[in-house]
Amino acid sequence: MPGPRTSPTASRVRHGLAPWGRITGLALCALLTLGPVIWTVSTSLRTPAESFDLPPEIIPTNPTVGAYSEVFDQIDVWLYALNSTLVTALIAAGQMITAGLAGYAFARLEFRFKKSLFALVLATMMVPLQVTMVPVFLELKTMGLTDTLLGLIIPAFPTAFGTFLMRQYFLGMPKDLGEAAMIDGAGPWRVFRSVYAPLAAPGLAIVGVLAFNYHWNEFFRPLILETSTENLTLPLGLVSLQGNLGTGSISVVLAGVVLSMLPAVLVFVVGQRPLREGITSAGVNR
Amino acid sequence: MTNTEIRPVRPEPTRPRRARKASEPAATTARTRGTRLLAVLFLAPTVVGIVVFTVVPIVGSVVLSLFQWDVIDDPRWAGAANYREILTDSTVLVSFRNTLVFMVLAVALQLLIALVLAIAVNGRMPKWLRSVFRSAFFFPLVLSAASISVVMKYLFNQDFGPVNWLLGTVGIPSVPWLTSENGAMAAVVLAYVWQQFGFSFLLFVGGLNNIPKEVHEAAALDGASGVRKHLAITLPLLSPTLLVASVVGIINALQVFEQPYVLTAGGPGDSTRTVVMVIYETAFEQLRFGEASAVGVLLFALIMAVTALQFRLSRRYVHYQ
Repeated sequence: MPGPRTSPTASRVRHGLAPWGRITGLALCALLTLGPVIWTVSTSLRTPAESFDLPPEIIPTNPTVGAYSEVFDQIDVWLYALNSTLVTALIAAGQMITAGLAGYAFARLEFRFKKSLFALVLATMMVPLQVTMVPVFLELKTMGLTDTLLGLIIPAFPTAFGTFLMRQYFLGMPKDLGEAAMIDGAGPWRVFRSVYAPLAAPGLAIVGVLAFNYHWNEFFRPLILETSTENLTLPLGLVSLQGNLGTGSISVVLAGVVLSMLPAVLVFVVGQRPLREGITSAGVNR
Repeated sequence: MTNTEIRPVRPEPTRPRRARKASEPAATTARTRGTRLLAVLFLAPTVVGIVVFTVVPIVGSVVLSLFQWDVIDDPRWAGAANYREILTDSTVLVSFRNTLVFMVLAVALQLLIALVLAIAVNGRMPKWLRSVFRSAFFFPLVLSAASISVVMKYLFNQDFGPVNWLLGTVGIPSVPWLTSENGAMAAVVLAYVWQQFGFSFLLFVGGLNNIPKEVHEAAALDGASGVRKHLAITLPLLSPTLLVASVVGIINALQVFEQPYVLTAGGPGDSTRTVVMVIYETAFEQLRFGEASAVGVLLFALIMAVTALQFRLSRRYVHYQ
């Protein structure tokens, strides 16, 4: 996977030479990184008979979308996609609202226990999901929310990381704006609604895109919560597709993988910047 | 919560309130009340959510770990029996060993690859090329771990998998990736690292951008060679980012689930069964919620201990500018 050749060649930069060795090394690594994805797409377009061929042809000789129609026959792609979209969109919207409000309160409002509450929120970032999963499952059971999509959605609304991110975002805005509005007679709600909230849109976009990407791909929680076929999300449907087929034809399974990837790729294309900023800020701010 | 309130660290938030009170008393009391009400409303969804879905469940996990419960009958007090049981259960012990081995391999490999690539990308090259590389290394992160594990299962197949074919072209004999103990662990590590290194990579790219250019220029003037320059200057200056990347990397690696679950189902034998897989199987397949919670509590303790140890060690090696 890695190219150890990249590091020694990096030294040449200093002499101002064209860094071709380094760039070639990087290109090889990029090819290895994208390789599995390229293979997946190209294999999904092959006929079942050719799907095992080695060396794998990058451009299939007899390209066919037969595998894709097979996926639609085998599992209810539309239903799973609808479930995934519903769950992910509601969680993303919910997180943008809760993190936006809480982040603003922690950044700009004064109240008692502010520091200890913020410390509590931050500390929960450290708690692994798997440790709390059993009691959360039992809580949802008493609420009658196991095996419902709502049971996936509601617990995901509060987001410690999103709250932290939005707090940083609001702290970065000039205080004078709010003070000016207050002198003009605006109350605290007005200051938030008309002055700061509109400025927070890019930060909220980061929270939304991160939430979308994480929850679209989520596997563990849906695996535990959803037992009925009609409540499955795409990642679960996909693994069941693989189970149905054994090793019969890989092109069908891979077509399913490609279908489930599409929205994630779309988020990557549209939301690459916010996603990268979200991850980078995780490192810079902590 | 009340004892934290007594802590002497709080003068900052109270000061502006008092200052305003002195200047225009009537208006601010109404305003402060409004602010407080707004704060309560704004915080309620997050704080209530975190209490209900994180704080209560942590306590719940500890309590539950002291009971025997299969959901159907009433819970029975077990005391330390669950812990005694799991600490003598060979599958549980092996899962902890596997998880630690996985963590060391995965984090080391992930950090090394990410660091080398980040330094290489940070070198001189056209802007568009840099963003192409950055996007390529970042891309696997947006995919679902479950679906890429399905893909990896085919890639690592001993007979028709492209990985062995690729190795074959350079003369390496076929490796029983998923059917031998070491091969399976290696496959799980590689599948995980393939997806995750982009995260550390982005952290490092951000960290490298924060290092002022003059530092390297000065070192070059003093005649430092490329590798030496990176070891003596880049690494220490990057150490805060390295700390974050390794803390996040370790916490994530200790929770690995999708890759072994889909790729190897924990096998062959128990060779790739991880702690989280054991929690899942014990709770939701065998309905032994008490034992599962006890394993969860142990995992939490392990994560805390490793993270604390890391921060402790880092005091000596991390330099802040």
